[in-house]
Formats: sequence, C-alpha cells, structure tokens
Amino acid sequence: MNIPNELQYTRSHEWLLVEDGVAAVGLTDFAQDALGDIVFVNLPQPGDEVNAGEAFGDVESVKAVSDVISPVSGVVLEINEELVDNPALVNEDPYGAWLIKVEQITGKEELLDAGAYEAHCAEEG
Amino acid sequence: MELIFERSRPGRGTDLLPPLDVPECPVPEEFARKNAPRLPEIGESDLSRHYQALARRAFGVCDGFYPLGSCTMKYNPKLGEDMAALPGFTGIHPLQPAHTIRGCQLAMAQTEYALARITGMDRVTLQPAAGAHGEFTGLLLIKAYHVHRGDTGRTVILVPDSAHGTNPASATMAGFTVRNIPSTAEGLVDLEALKAACGPDTAGLMLTNPNTVGLFERDILAITKIVHEAGGLVYYDGANLNAIMGVARPGDMGFDVCHLNLHKTFATPHGGGGPGSGPVGCKEFLAPFMPGSALCGNGGEHSIGQVRAFHANFLVVVKALTYLMRLGNSRVAEAAQGAVLNANYLKHKLEEAGYTAAFPGLCMHEFVLTLEGLKKETGVSALDVAKAMLDDGIHPPTMYFPLIVHEALMFEPTETEAPETLDRAAEVLADILRRAKEDPEALHAAPHSTVVGRPDETAAARHPVVRYTFPEG
Amino acid sequence: MGGYLPAAPEERRRQYEALGLSGPRDLYRDVPDEVYIDGPLDLPEPKSELAVRRAMENLAAQNVRFSTILRGAGAYDHYIPAAVSRIASKEEFVTAYTPYQAEISQGVLQSIFEFQTMICELTGMDASNASVYDGASAAAEGVAMCRDRNRTKAVVSGAAHPDVIATIKTYCFGAGTEVVVAPVKDGRTDLTGLVDDQTACVYIQQPNFYGLLEDGAALAQMAHEGGAKLIAGVNPITLGVLEPPAAWGADIAVGEGQPLGLPLSWGGPYLGFMATTHAMMRKLPGRIVGETTDKDGNRAFVLTMQAREQHIRREKASSNICSNEALCALTASVYLSMMGPGGLKQVGEQCYAKAHYLASELCKLPGVKLHFPGPFFHEFVTDLPNHNGVLSGLEAKGILGGLPLRDGLLWCVTEKQTKAELDQTVAIVKEVLGIWN
Repeated sequence: MNIPNELQYTRSHEWLLVEDGVAAVGLTDFAQDALGDIVFVNLPQPGDEVNAGEAFGDVESVKAVSDVISPVSGVVLEINEELVDNPALVNEDPYGAWLIKVEQITGKEELLDAGAYEAHCAEEG
Repeated sequence: MELIFERSRPGRGTDLLPPLDVPECPVPEEFARKNAPRLPEIGESDLSRHYQALARRAFGVCDGFYPLGSCTMKYNPKLGEDMAALPGFTGIHPLQPAHTIRGCQLAMAQTEYALARITGMDRVTLQPAAGAHGEFTGLLLIKAYHVHRGDTGRTVILVPDSAHGTNPASATMAGFTVRNIPSTAEGLVDLEALKAACGPDTAGLMLTNPNTVGLFERDILAITKIVHEAGGLVYYDGANLNAIMGVARPGDMGFDVCHLNLHKTFATPHGGGGPGSGPVGCKEFLAPFMPGSALCGNGGEHSIGQVRAFHANFLVVVKALTYLMRLGNSRVAEAAQGAVLNANYLKHKLEEAGYTAAFPGLCMHEFVLTLEGLKKETGVSALDVAKAMLDDGIHPPTMYFPLIVHEALMFEPTETEAPETLDRAAEVLADILRRAKEDPEALHAAPHSTVVGRPDETAAARHPVVRYTFPEG
Repeated sequence: MGGYLPAAPEERRRQYEALGLSGPRDLYRDVPDEVYIDGPLDLPEPKSELAVRRAMENLAAQNVRFSTILRGAGAYDHYIPAAVSRIASKEEFVTAYTPYQAEISQGVLQSIFEFQTMICELTGMDASNASVYDGASAAAEGVAMCRDRNRTKAVVSGAAHPDVIATIKTYCFGAGTEVVVAPVKDGRTDLTGLVDDQTACVYIQQPNFYGLLEDGAALAQMAHEGGAKLIAGVNPITLGVLEPPAAWGADIAVGEGQPLGLPLSWGGPYLGFMATTHAMMRKLPGRIVGETTDKDGNRAFVLTMQAREQHIRREKASSNICSNEALCALTASVYLSMMGPGGLKQVGEQCYAKAHYLASELCKLPGVKLHFPGPFFHEFVTDLPNHNGVLSGLEAKGILGGLPLRDGLLWCVTEKQTKAELDQTVAIVKEVLGIWN
C-alpha cells in the first residue's frame, strides 16, 4: 500500500497537501482499494464552504456510496472536473486524483503523518 | 440479441386505423413536429417474435422457485388476471359520474374493509401506487398530525439500522431527519437505545414486524409504548405482513399507521418492477389527514393532499380483492402459517446442509444466512453462491441485505411452494457448498448456462449508455 | 385450496414434525398472547374460484360502460391494438420481479432499455428512467430534481391538471419547497413577474388541462431568464405531430403514458415517464437500465447508476421510489412499436381533426361557444346553457360527455370516435338545448 511521506492523513482516509495556503484533498490508496471501482464522484461547487470533519461530497461504487470528509475548514477554490468524466482516476492514481482544492483555511481536523496513518490502516485492515 | 430498433426497416408497419372520416384539419405550422421520432417500423409478426424472445429471457414466478427475501414472490393466481381484464373494470373512465361507478366503489370499499380488518386499523386509503409511495403518504400523515397540533419540534424519524432503504429515504422526502437505532446481537430492536433516542424531537418510529432479519419483535408492545410516551407515533412497514396476516395485527401492537404491499402479501404480480399498490391504514385520529384528489374529492378535513392522480392502481386492487375473496376468514391465517412453516423448513434443511443462519432459532416468513465463514475459508462469496443457483433454474435469494449481516443471503420461500420444491432447493444449495470447497474458481465464474454471463456493471455506471444510438444517416 | 397452498394437510403435518413443532402456535412462539389472534377476522368465508368469479363479474356489471367516451382530463380512450395486451400479458413479464439478477432478466432489462429510448425519441431528451407511478408523481419528482439550496420555490402553471398541481403541492409539503401557482389568462399560463432568483423550476403542461396549446418556447425562455429549470408535462400521444419539449427548451419532460396502449381502468395503473438532459441525468429518480457487456463481450443490460437510489443511498437518496410501472412501460413500448412513427402521427392528426370537427359542429348551435380562444389539440372547453341536461341526454345514449368544470364542459375526442358518433352527440346536445331554449 502506498502512503507518501509528504502528505497528511485523516482517520477517515482522506489525504491533504497544503501548498501556498491552498489545500488539496483526495482519497488514499487504502480508501480506493476498500471502496472498489469508483463509478462517480459528487463534488461541491467552487465557492462553497467546507467544514473540517464534515462531508463535502461522496464517491459511488457500483453498490455503495461513501461520504468524503473534509480535513479542513475553508472555501472551495477548485474541483477536479476531470473526475466527473473519468472517476476511474481515483482508483488508478489516488494521490494524483485530488477531489477539491480549498482556500481561506480556518481550521483543521486532527491529522496523521504517514507513519501514524500506516499504523491506523493496519488496525483497520 | 437485436434491439427492436435494429429490426426496424423503413416503410414497414401495420395499418390499424380507418381513414379520417371528418374534414382534414392540420396542426398549425408553429406547433408541428419537424423530425419524426425514430420509433420502430416493424410488421406484427416480427414484433411478436421480438417480444417472445424477450419473454424467454425473463424469469417469472411461473419459471421456477423464487425465494427472494423481503419480496414475497408468491404465486400470482390466474383468476386475478382474468378479473382485472373484465371490460366492466378496464373500460371505466376515472372521472365518470358517481352513479355509473358503483362496481368500482364497492370493490374499493370491500378491499378497504378487508385490509382494515387484517391490519387492525380504522381507515384505509388505496391511493398510493407502491410500498414506498405508501411510506411517504403515511409519514406525511404523521407530519400533518404534529404540525396540526402545533407540535412543530418533532422532526426526527427513528429507523432501525436493519431497515429497508425506503424507510430512511421516505422520511427524508417527508422532510424529517433520520436517526438510526442499533439492533441487538439477537437481531431485534435495542430497547435501551430506543429509549435513549426518543425525546421531544421524536416524530415517530418506522418498524417492520417481523423485522428485516425475519424475526418477530417480541417486545413490540414495549416498543410502541416507549415511542408513544415520548409523544411520537409508530409506523408499521407492511413489507413483511405475509408472515402474520390473520395471526397478529399491527393495530393491536400499538402501531398508528401502516402501509401494505398488495403486490407482495396479496398475491398481485410484480410485473418486472411494477405496478404495485401500497395502501395506507391508520387509526381514527389520523383520518382527518388522509389523502384525497383535487378532481375526485374524498380527502380528510385536513387532508395532506394527494400523492398521485385519480383513485388508485385500481386493477391491482381488483386482483388483490379477488385473492382476498378466495382466502376469506379462515385462510388468511393459513397462508401466513404456510409461509412461516416453509421458511423454517427450508432454514432447517439448509442448516443441515452446512449453512449458517445469521440468527438461530425459529424464524418468521424469511431468514438470513451469513456466508462470512465460507468467504473466509474458500473465497466464495454470497454473490458467487447466488449466481451458481441460476444454473439450477432457481432465482437467487436477496443478496447483501440486511446491511447488518455480512455476506448475507435472505430466503423467503412463501407459502405457495410444495415441500419437494424446498427439498430440491436445499439439495442444490448443498451441492453448491460442496463445489465451493472443491473448486472455488468455478463458482467465481458462475453462471454458465444463462444467455449472458455476469455483466460489467462498473463500465455501465462509469459511462452510462441508457438509450440506443441510431446509426448516422 | 383457497390459500393457494400446494401442500396437502398431511404433508404440512410432516413439515411441522420435521421441525419438532406441534402446530402454528409453536411457530409463532415469539408473538405475545396479547396480540395473538385465535379467532376469525370478520371477513366473509372463503369462496371457490367460480363463486369469486361470479362475485367479481357482478361488481364489474354494476359499472356503466359508455360506448362513446368524449371525456379526457388526464385519462384518454384510444384504440389499443390486439397485439399490445396479448404481448403485455405474457406470464414471464407479468410475474417477474425487478431485474436485479441481470443474467436471467435480460428480457425485462432490454424491454426497459427500449422503452427509455422511445421516451427519449418522443420527447427529444437525452435520458429517461424506467418509469414512475403516474404522470402526477412524475411531475412532482421532476420538481424534486430541481431542488437547489439557493432556490426554494417552484412555480406551477394553474392551467396544469388539478391532480398534478395537488400532487406537486403534497410532495413539496414534504420537502419544504414553496409552491406558487401561476395565474391563467384566457386559458393559458401567465408567468409574468413570477420567476425570480428564488425560483428553482417552472412546471407547465402541453397541451394544458383545458386542451390549449401553450407557447412553450416563450414560457421556457421566461423560466431560463430567471435561472430556473423548465419542466414540461406532455401528453405522449401528441408527440407524433407536436414539437417535442426538448425542441422548445424543456430541461425535464414528464408525463402520463396511459394514452400509449393502457386501458382507462378507472384511473390506474398508469405510467409516469421522466426524461431529461445529459447534464441532469444523474438527478433522475428510480431505476435506469444501461447497456454494457459481459466478460465474453456479449451485449448485456443492467440496472445502472444504482448508487443514486434508496437501497444504497438511504436517507440521502433524492427519492424513495422502488417499485415503478415496468409492465405498463412494456405495454407502452409494444404500443409505440405497433404504431411506428407513421401510426403515431396518424393518431395525433385524427385526434386533432376530430376534436376540431366536434368543436365546430357544437359551436354552430345557438348558445354554444368555445370558452377560451386560441389553438387547442384534442380537448376544448365549451360554454353551454345546461350541463346537466346535456350530460344526461348523452348518457341515455351511452355517451360520456365532457367533464363539467366551473368554466364549462371539457370535451375530448380521440381517433376512436367516428363521425357518426360525433354527429349523434351534436344532435343530442341540440335536442336537449332545444327543449330548454
């Protein structure tokens, strides 16, 4: 399982990368593997507020739907339009396939580093 | 197989109407259609063969054993079809004057009476077109009741975690928030959790009894009392009424409102997905909120309005009434007992064959197996076992429901199956279990004898093709 | 046996024995005594098949069947080709469950896929679902598709079917959406000043409840200028001759499919259809069939996009719909295939011509005139001095006359009525009015 060192993680299996005050959020390798083939992603609109610890969208597999929880509070700057047409990218390249980018960040959930997240996955796995 | 559009050839068809016998009168140009819809152009003989081929690729109750849990796929008596085809029913316009529809009104009244007796409710409306439609209607009665009393803080509907998906979805549609109630390890409502969840925001509880794991909630009187004492109402989801009709009545258990599925319990056919009928019954104090119709009237004093046009899925009501007349007083309970007996008999046989029931002991009209052990041992899943049954001409049970049981297979044999049908199903499943242990790979590839293998559902959902694309030119 | 139990009593006794149970009370040991019924239900006694047949035939005989039906208002008396009911009553279609097990349900799935395609062709839209309960609930579900947290109002044409308006209101009571009913001017929808930045959608009906043809393009433009979606309720029988709703700007097309081969049946079961644009496809409620392949590359059909639906999304689903009207959808598909584009056009043209013939003949009578100006399709409202007398006079001859409304009588003529029947109708009206004038 791939857990890049440069990212931060949530217990609900999202990853976070903050650069220049903008946070990119995606699903981890562990999450995409557990969910199976992703067939659709429901994302908010740019300008929407997101809150740390609350769902901002969901991902659908054939027979299931799972909320995606925002690790940060802020305002959606951008969504990954490519995923709307090609949701398989979440499975193929989970750390490349960011879902949303958030700006004006005002708060964060408790985040794990790669080592702690790996331990967390081992517990759940 | 070809689509009907691929059988179409320009200029083909059948003349069905005599020529126009009044002066021609063209549709004004501004409203006239420019490009004709590309409907099939096909002769009647080819059309008949097309649908015969489709029929061969369908699986009805007439084709074999159909133990689909929570769906009550009992035999659909032919008499109902004949009666629903009577011209005295099919040829009646829904807005005919009252003195010309006495037969329809009597059929409705007799059905309402019988359903009220069977449910222990005071009033019944036949308006809702399906079970979920009935749930929505019943929840609106609950909402209207609280709102009418000025009790507007009651915004939460409690739903057990084992409930059908329609329950929480209906509650949302009716504008409620949903609070899930956990089940005990025995598969029953957790009374302590229920007490903790009840409060001044409780609008009501939705409950199926027997519940979705096929067990009778033996604390039902305590359950309805807890909700009533908190000021909420209790909704009976009639999905599983087939287990207890004539044996116990929701009205006597403390339920205030209920819906029934005529297409399950009362033997009307499922039609490949519908039409159904989802009558709603309620206690007298909810009668003023019952639905009516803007054009047909008949609503309660503070009616919630209406949930569809006109009166009911009337021909479905006719079929159900036909069935009810055949059953009459004594045989309503006999049918329920037969359903429960068959379920326990099949459960017993499958346990003997080496399957594991999710909950031990007697069940009601259906039971749940868990194949978690088999999956761990062999890699063969509930899905694989279900698909293997297709090769033996048995419709699989409901898969992966309820959600609280892992690798669930839910069987509901119904009362209209003979013991030898159950014996054979048990043999088939025993054989599948043996093969799962010997050659798991073969089961992953099942079914082998059907017209298509397992379809690629991921591709279908990622890039939906939901209509035929006509070739260019 | 009346309960349709195949097992003989002795065989059932052996089943109990195999389980180590003495009888029914043992089976129901979890049912408390307080609620266990040990007596009759006060229902009639069981009847033989012949006795039930007689009882039901007796009920049917107590209805009056009109030989000529000149009433529509949401339920239409069209000719149903013999093949339609024969094919739709095939046991495999009638008794099948929802096609969740795709491998043994290709027939049902393909029939729905074909239905979806035909609805797209009729309406001009990109995607259709597998059907909903009826036209009224389809309209209400269409309004729900447009729900938007920034727009909380639905504008509904006052010239829509009263049952449709009421159904939309009921669904909106549930959802907390405000409903504004647009006024009617000369029988047609007047949207002036009603669409604002709070309006999520506008619902109009074409032809409307009074049979009149709305200026769909103008109404769509008014909706869109305010940022709202336009939902068009259409009568599918008209779409062989009338411009499809997609052509005049509808975002969602819904309607009552009963005219497509379903008998009147005192109001049901009927057939709600819903179609929309590619952009809104995932907002469609209910089941949708999609095309895919199996592992060998064979064409296969499946229920798709299921994660939108209640059994997966539960309280977050946008609709609770589960059962639909699949058999009625199959019936409509067979009807449309029998008619073909030419037949459907012929039906539309004949409805139009015959309705206009009856209207013009009636209006030749003194004291009779059309209540509303403007173009109509196959329904129209007349002012008549004596509704009750006219309807009784017609009923005596087996004719169901127009529906009495506050504004007059709402007549409907289809391809089924002959010139002779229409002339007879006019003669009776003339006679009745002659007595009273």
